[in-house]
Amino acid sequence: MISEETLRLRRVNWRIFFRRYGIVISFLLLCLVLSLLSDRFLTWTNILNVLRQSSINGIIAVGMTMVILTAGIDLSVGAILALTCVVTADLLQKGLPVPLAMLTGLALGAALGMFSGLLVSRLHIPPFIATLGLMTVSRGLALTYTQGRPITALPASFDFLGAGSIGPIPMPIIVAGLIFLIGYFILARTNLGFYIYALGDNPMAARLSGISVNKVILFVYALSGFLSALAGMVLTGRLDSAQPTAGYGYEFDAIAAVVVGGTSLAGGEGGLFGTLVGALLIGVLNNGLNLLNVSALWEGVVKGAVIALALLLYRAVK
Amino acid sequence: MAEEKKITTDEILLEMKGISKSFPGVQALKNVDFVLRRGEIHGLVGENGAGKTTLMRILTGVLPKDSGTIILKGKPVHIENPRHAQLLGISVIHQELSVLPNLTVGQNIMLGREPRSFLPFLVDWKKLYRASLEHLQRLNVDIDPRTPISELSVAQRQMVEIARALSFKADIIVMDEPTSALTEKEIESLFSLMRSLREQGISIIFISHKLEEIFSIVDRVTVLRDGALVGSMPISEVKTEEVVKMMVGRELGEMFPKDSVPQKEVVLSVRNLKRGKELRGVSFDLRRGEILGLAGLVGSGRTFVARAIFGADPLEEGEILIEGKKVHIGSPQEAISLGIGFLPEDRKAQGLFLGLPLSHNIGITGLKRLSLFGVVIFRKLKELALNFVNKLRIRTPNISQLVRNLSGGTQQKVILARWLSLKPRILILDEPTRGIDVGAKAEIHAIMSELAKEGVAILMISSELPEVLGVSDRILVMHEGRIVGEFTREEATQDRIMLCATGGANNG
Repeated sequence: MISEETLRLRRVNWRIFFRRYGIVISFLLLCLVLSLLSDRFLTWTNILNVLRQSSINGIIAVGMTMVILTAGIDLSVGAILALTCVVTADLLQKGLPVPLAMLTGLALGAALGMFSGLLVSRLHIPPFIATLGLMTVSRGLALTYTQGRPITALPASFDFLGAGSIGPIPMPIIVAGLIFLIGYFILARTNLGFYIYALGDNPMAARLSGISVNKVILFVYALSGFLSALAGMVLTGRLDSAQPTAGYGYEFDAIAAVVVGGTSLAGGEGGLFGTLVGALLIGVLNNGLNLLNVSALWEGVVKGAVIALALLLYRAVK
Repeated sequence: MAEEKKITTDEILLEMKGISKSFPGVQALKNVDFVLRRGEIHGLVGENGAGKTTLMRILTGVLPKDSGTIILKGKPVHIENPRHAQLLGISVIHQELSVLPNLTVGQNIMLGREPRSFLPFLVDWKKLYRASLEHLQRLNVDIDPRTPISELSVAQRQMVEIARALSFKADIIVMDEPTSALTEKEIESLFSLMRSLREQGISIIFISHKLEEIFSIVDRVTVLRDGALVGSMPISEVKTEEVVKMMVGRELGEMFPKDSVPQKEVVLSVRNLKRGKELRGVSFDLRRGEILGLAGLVGSGRTFVARAIFGADPLEEGEILIEGKKVHIGSPQEAISLGIGFLPEDRKAQGLFLGLPLSHNIGITGLKRLSLFGVVIFRKLKELALNFVNKLRIRTPNISQLVRNLSGGTQQKVILARWLSLKPRILILDEPTRGIDVGAKAEIHAIMSELAKEGVAILMISSELPEVLGVSDRILVMHEGRIVGEFTREEATQDRIMLCATGGANNG
């Protein structure tokens, strides 16, 4: 009797284990396959490369995770990234000191995000529509602002954020790592994090429990805008060029990372650990397609199929 | 009556023998036997967690059984899934209705079996509506099958579900708490419908927490406790107290323990609250240590009074005074900071975070007191949760249990704990014991009584008259957005309250 019971308990534990870490298993499987297919995959240079390439999506995905946890969505991240980075680059070229220009860019990102937050919380516009609108407007503003031309040749101290490194570690990885840690702390340890989960779980109960629902919504969208701006600076620094067409389609990579990482689009369930693995999975996939010389024309198809497979594998064990 | 009795034949329609089922860590059913005769209304009672729902889920193919046999019309059957159960003639009317709100009545009744037109993918609408009308007429229900479900009342939706069950030629209908969202009048018409189904030889398994209902409608009653069968007998052979005793396995002291507390100073006064048709000028006082019962029919505006005081809905007119001072309450946060707590009527939709742990559910409202510079101190949260788990005897394996997995009574205690942790001056309880079992109910009443003794002013809304009568010091009755009657504990009787609530008494 007792042995039967423990057996059953163990089976349940496995199930919980898979639900929580299934995506990790998918990720490791993908790494295993790639390391067998290409001997360049598991080299130090390549690993740093993957991490660096995942960092921009990772930074955006942290904000996206919080928005999605409140049962929202932010489609404007890529466009905000473009608008803030051309504005910042322009200010730099006009001779504004680097810290000041960066602060302005980040504040602009936060303000844009806050604007969609206001639309969602005060005017009750569905997040999909509100951020879709902001995406179109921001992208348009970025194009008009620059007349469609990229802004290049920026101060070296600005480029450091995207192109520099501390010791052997490139700056983008360090920035993304810090953002993940801070995001994790907010979600797991602070009042705000509790409120974000509560709001996503049951908005009506959240309001009746005295949570300032509007403030929480405002925060997550502002944070998402802020992080998009930050990701934009990393990107601009790395390329030493701010392009009004930058960040095109980044919203999909960020949403994919969050959802592959197990955060529910219905809100209230999930977290940043999953998003981290999700972002890495997408990064490794991009990298693998490169290493294996898959034609760029086929890249989207293969990428979509592998993501679907990873999700399927993880639902199957769930 | 004698004629009705005769219809209940002795033909055994369904026999469940030695049914057992266990979930990880719990034995939900232990060797349960259940016998249903043709043309009887069979009450199934027991506290939450007694196994009623599990037993019915096995019968309707939602859950597989671990062991035991099911014999339907003399033949052993293996019920694979809900669809299979339906085809075997077993249908369920769920506690939470499962009709699709955006489709019409007819579409819902014929869902999945729409008659086809000359092409196999075209629906023959005329035929569909004619067939569904026939099913509705068989129930004597006057609903146009072309009406969208969203325009129907809860009671009417239930009728549609029953019509749907009949369209499957059901001879067993399981009704899981069908009366919990109905008004007295609707319950009466549901009951007469159930009686007419019985005359047609259909057997009904009726699950309810309200023993009054059980005694007024069923022919036989089966009592479960802790997953085991306690007894099954004709209803005429038992008394209410005996059934309660069988359910809880112990004698309940008094069903509604209430010590009278001397009336003290006024804590809350509301004056002339107005908001559309829902509130047409409501005024009353609430005193320290008082339990004020707010009775009235569903839709009389009781909940709106509560929501207005709690700042959940804006007021058009009127004022609220707390301890004599005029206050403006524009949001739940402001109400909370003034020391008001509110337990909403629908705990799952409005109160709980089902996917979050018990500790978070208790701590969420008072989180600022459990944190430092916005960072939660987990040790404090844990202490708080453990404290209330012990104090309110919340039955849970641990404090990180997801609230989704707790029983209804336990969930209600969790929301109570949330408010108690803030030490409120005024506590508004909207249907505090709806849909929870007898044992937990008594415990919640005891907690309320204890709070009143400590000086908390309690405004309790309840649709259950025995509860209003048993718990309250004073009773207000609402009708169409106004308070139409006030009674002291001594004056109040069920008849007088009902008369007021139905608008029968002159405005007094």
